[in-house]
Amino acid sequence: MSKTIHEINEKIKAGKAIVVTAEEVIGMVEENGYKKTAETVDVVTTGTFGPMCSSGVFVNFGHSNPPIRMAKVTLNDVPAFAGLAAVDAYVGATEMSLKRGMEYGGAHVIEDFIAGKDIALHAESYGTDCYPRKEIDTYVNKDNVNQIYMFNPRNCYQNYAAATNSTGKTIYTYMGTLLPHYGNVTYSTAGELSPLLNDPEYRTVGLGTRIFLGGGVGYVAWEGTQHNPDRERTENGIPTLGAGTLALIGDLRGMSTEFIRAGVFQKYGITLYVGVGIPIPILDEEMLAKVAVKNKDIYTHIVDKSGKVDLDVLVNYEQLRSGQVELNGKKVSTAPLTSLIKSRIIADKLKSWILAKDFLLTEKVSDLPVHNKVNTLDIRG
Amino acid sequence: MKKIKVTFEFPPNGIKQPLTYHLIKDFDLMLNILNADVSLNRTGRLVMDLQGEEEKLEAALKWVEEQGIAFKLFEKEVIWNEEKCIHCGACTAVCPSGALSMDDKTWNLKFDQEKCLICELCIKTCPLGVMGLNGDSLFIDSYRSE
Repeated sequence: MSKTIHEINEKIKAGKAIVVTAEEVIGMVEENGYKKTAETVDVVTTGTFGPMCSSGVFVNFGHSNPPIRMAKVTLNDVPAFAGLAAVDAYVGATEMSLKRGMEYGGAHVIEDFIAGKDIALHAESYGTDCYPRKEIDTYVNKDNVNQIYMFNPRNCYQNYAAATNSTGKTIYTYMGTLLPHYGNVTYSTAGELSPLLNDPEYRTVGLGTRIFLGGGVGYVAWEGTQHNPDRERTENGIPTLGAGTLALIGDLRGMSTEFIRAGVFQKYGITLYVGVGIPIPILDEEMLAKVAVKNKDIYTHIVDKSGKVDLDVLVNYEQLRSGQVELNGKKVSTAPLTSLIKSRIIADKLKSWILAKDFLLTEKVSDLPVHNKVNTLDIRG
Repeated sequence: MKKIKVTFEFPPNGIKQPLTYHLIKDFDLMLNILNADVSLNRTGRLVMDLQGEEEKLEAALKWVEEQGIAFKLFEKEVIWNEEKCIHCGACTAVCPSGALSMDDKTWNLKFDQEKCLICELCIKTCPLGVMGLNGDSLFIDSYRSE
């Protein structure tokens, strides 16, 4: 028996759709089997809330009188990219404050915009015949600008290597603080609840898919940068390293600071915690089998983030979640970096939107690539 | 009986007396070493819980001072701004005592103040800036409200 997205949407509109989260569906399958659960369940919701550096926001500030062709822009002393039309700019999450350095950056500007705060805008220009103004200082907020939308070139990494440190010194990385002599292992995933681990071959998720983004509604805009679907996969189709990625877009005005937060990794830099939830339509038993995946069947590699030792340790997320894994014959503590409780709240929220008929599923407009070559940057002289 | 948490700071040339022996034998104290960083010819640091009769504790600290060892009672403590916390777990990667841990059912962060050594590693590690010392500013506040 199979269902179409159109049929599922009709059930949602009629208030008859059965929607569960990617964690809840596991128990249903255990109780009722794949066939019966596939017939019952219409939509499975996923969620993740982790640090996603490749994120940012486009803003159009509106024109002043006399107008300015902004060439250099800062927001709360954080430089924004202004190499666009006169009053367009892009605030990148990892950009650092000119005055406060790593303590405050693009991610904090984004969080402050969402919170509705006034942001100090400073812009400079060389002046043109049509844009004579050379400097401007004012305040902007999400309500007095024209457009303000998030566009994240790479979110939702399908999987990610766990990290450790072989050296004798603590190292500070985007995977957190890694203690000397394999003193700890950090990992970043929502595991069995994570969006692309529930649709590992991108059967339903594609360009145009409507999603939960940062507390509001967003869309899959494109494949994410470094999208690498050709990674090694286990029998269930799940990659054992970072594979697929998504470029996401969504109106910042619908977002909440509950689901978008700025963060700073010590001695590494600024990042943005992004909350993403993707609904998976249960088209048939095969799709159900994918969303019923468990942590023990999702594997990742542990890598040495100092780059000194070529570790090749394969572990599953049930082991990582247990708090300890075995590494070189010793027990090593593990620590998560993705908030699982927030990921659960996101999957639950998306579920409640669908049940309230506020959110309908979309057919993808086009497929994500299932093959892709990822290049390295060669140094040419 | 009274319990205090104290840091001893040894001068680089060390001490002549076996400190823990005297604290136990002469002052009848129960002690628990929480953190020690002592090496030859360097300023050393020893963090301990001391438990005993109040007057004996006082006498012990007086004696310690006479040996040329500086001490500092813990007045500050690590505080957790739970409301702003996202419960990611990054702090649990560095906490040496297990004071910070994840609840394996709810995946909420748990903070057991009793186990805290006040090493302050979590304060620097927390990406959200929600760990602090009481008395200090807890997190990066909004840019304009300063």
